Amino acid sequence: MWRKLYSVMSAPAVDLQQDFFTVFSLPRSFLLDNAALDHRYRELQSQVHPDKFSHLSDAEKRLSMQWATRVNEGYQTLRDPLKRGRYLLTLHGVDTQEENNTAMPMDFLMQQMEWREGLQDAIAAKDIDALDALADKARNETRNLQQQLAEQLDTTHEFVAAAGTVRKLRFLEKLAEEIADAYDELDS
Amino acid sequence: MALLQISEPGLSAAPHQHRLAVGIDLGTTNSLVATVRNGISVVLNDDEGIALLPSVVRYLADGSLQVGMAAQAVQSEDPQNTIVSVKRFMGRGLKDVGDVVDLPYRFVDTPGMLQLRTAGGVKSPVEVSAEILKVLRDRAERSLGGELVGAVITVPAYFDDAQRQATKDAAKLAGLNVLRLLNEPTAAAIAYGLDNASEGVYAVYDLGGGTFDISILRLSKGVFEVLATNGDSALGGDDFDQRIYCWILEQAGLSQLGVNDVRLLLTHARTAKEQLTDNLQAQITAVLSGGELVDVTLTRDTFYDMTKNLLARTMQPTRKALRDAGLGVDEVQGVVMVGGSTRMPQVQRAVAEYFKQTPLTNLDPDKVVALGAAIQANVLAGNRSADDWLLLDVIPLSLGIETMGGLTEKIIPRNSTIPTARAQEFTTYKDGQTAMSIHVMQGERELVSDCRSLAQFELRGIPPMVAGAARIRVTFQVDADGLLSVSAREMISGHESSIAVKPSYGLSDEEITQMLKDSAQHAKDDMQARALREQQVEARQLLEAVEAALQEDGDLLDADGKAAIRASMEGVRFLLEGEDQTPIKRAVEALNQATLPFAQARMDKSVSGALKGHKMSDLES
Repeated sequence: MWRKLYSVMSAPAVDLQQDFFTVFSLPRSFLLDNAALDHRYRELQSQVHPDKFSHLSDAEKRLSMQWATRVNEGYQTLRDPLKRGRYLLTLHGVDTQEENNTAMPMDFLMQQMEWREGLQDAIAAKDIDALDALADKARNETRNLQQQLAEQLDTTHEFVAAAGTVRKLRFLEKLAEEIADAYDELDS
Repeated sequence: MALLQISEPGLSAAPHQHRLAVGIDLGTTNSLVATVRNGISVVLNDDEGIALLPSVVRYLADGSLQVGMAAQAVQSEDPQNTIVSVKRFMGRGLKDVGDVVDLPYRFVDTPGMLQLRTAGGVKSPVEVSAEILKVLRDRAERSLGGELVGAVITVPAYFDDAQRQATKDAAKLAGLNVLRLLNEPTAAAIAYGLDNASEGVYAVYDLGGGTFDISILRLSKGVFEVLATNGDSALGGDDFDQRIYCWILEQAGLSQLGVNDVRLLLTHARTAKEQLTDNLQAQITAVLSGGELVDVTLTRDTFYDMTKNLLARTMQPTRKALRDAGLGVDEVQGVVMVGGSTRMPQVQRAVAEYFKQTPLTNLDPDKVVALGAAIQANVLAGNRSADDWLLLDVIPLSLGIETMGGLTEKIIPRNSTIPTARAQEFTTYKDGQTAMSIHVMQGERELVSDCRSLAQFELRGIPPMVAGAARIRVTFQVDADGLLSVSAREMISGHESSIAVKPSYGLSDEEITQMLKDSAQHAKDDMQARALREQQVEARQLLEAVEAALQEDGDLLDADGKAAIRASMEGVRFLLEGEDQTPIKRAVEALNQATLPFAQARMDKSVSGALKGHKMSDLES
């Protein structure tokens, strides 16, 4: 009986080492067609997911898991604007220095402090409306920064400035996590 | 010349050959087996036409055993050798099972998973579960007329790595090839989704005998994408029985009952609960072993009243799952009810009120999980092309490792789509450190002591370097069964250490739930505790670094300079064990300041040392 081995190797027309934009056949830019990303993600998983290989050899199962893992990682990276921005900068050879560069503009830091105080007050007062208002503000600011990042990455190619915007977005991501925790706390 | 490609032995089947595969719901109270026959998923009955196999195993002294109804019938006569609800011991150590004192078993506190001493010998929960699975396998093979290619076994979505691994081991022990471990709510969604060709966001509310799961899924064009899952793994129908039982004691003025009477009244409580599904009141009449007569009437309203807070405890994880999915109640298209406990009218009413719609109950809540598992098994066995649908599930709890200071570094966050892998780099803490201990944790809290330990292993042979120079990349891989493997690699030498995580013990159900609750409630405490620990770690590292520098280059300092640094070090040591972060921080800053000239001197020395013996041309090239 003859049979083609490692069919997964030839099934998807992409390679494990390629960057995520290439894997998903999308232009390498910050502005992204989300519908195309979702579509391509499902298309890829339909080909590589371990459920399609569970009756095949261990070698194929292993390859399938590596592929599905890679596709999940790529999807999560490209779907999230902060991760996508960070990833684009990495591709451009720019380190976002999120761990060690803490030099932020004063006005931004002041605003962050103000919002964090607002968060603590809302928790203390168990004030869901205040929490909602804060979450709204944080969302708006996040959107503004994402627009700025799109400009810096896709149009003006100011990568160092873009790294600064990524650092700001990381602050806002942490704030959003704390707001989510606060909702849980007020809920319990 | 074209190369001929040859398949591995036993790999292929003739395309027309139907491969026998089943889905098994291995439940706390009952277990079932189902298969796809002529394109339709059906539950397989035993010879008497009964689908549900009670998850009860009795071991006898002559080495024989009874499984199911026969064992259940004698459980009160032979409680020590008749194991019920073994699911709650899977992947658990003795200390994880809080209420062992109330259970009639003879536990053996073996390292890793607990064991049970029976008339038939010492048995592990994996072995007991395997006996249940064997009965279902035999039933399926007799019914289908051939050997099974494999089985999909369902697990609560909230099962951790140890519990999943134990379940897989039990299946292997029962001679089953595990095609996949499938989350119970996801299995139910498959049964519903494919039946009704549904599109949109669905919630699966799964209240069983001992566990509660809530999953939020998006169904679109044949893709089942789990967006978030949550639960309370210590909440189920048993708790409703318990409430009625307590109410009976109160009404009849009873206390201090013997084991037999407790079991008797619990059975009556359960019967009353079931009667109240269709009746407005239930009569509870029982004669206790001392001859006392218990005769009380329980109304539906009273029952609703006493179980209100149990329902509230299912709604909190439900809200949390929706938040994790980033969705509002009005975005949920339908709610699927799973598990026998969802038959209670007040459960249906509470769910309907929260989701503002009538929940779906058109599939038998006892059978829907097994039916869905069978559909998945049929695809995984290769009987049907799965091109038209795809299942994307998630892990329920975050995975991480312990870093310095007893902190958890999350590596894979909860609700990540599987299979998934994440790598994180860590470095050495001390100069010349050649080994590193990797401690794998599961849970949502920041402190290691609040999370659950899954496994520990050592990476040895790191080349000696100064602290912070080594780069150790730790990779977590979670496969499609939700099972974890971890590998670590020192990036400079390429030294690798890898393990399949076979945890010595798992998280207890209560602990998982508690951990998640605490994670939210104590987020603030965590942050403060974390900040303190980080500060302490930083302080200790600084003390060691300065001490090493003094040993090495103390001669660069005069007596006064040395004394000033020593004094400053004492200041840090004095404050180190305190509960307040700020004074430690100040002392560390002071020590940094005090050592500045010393550091400069050392730097000058090492730079001039490095330059010695080199020609300028060497430096320029």
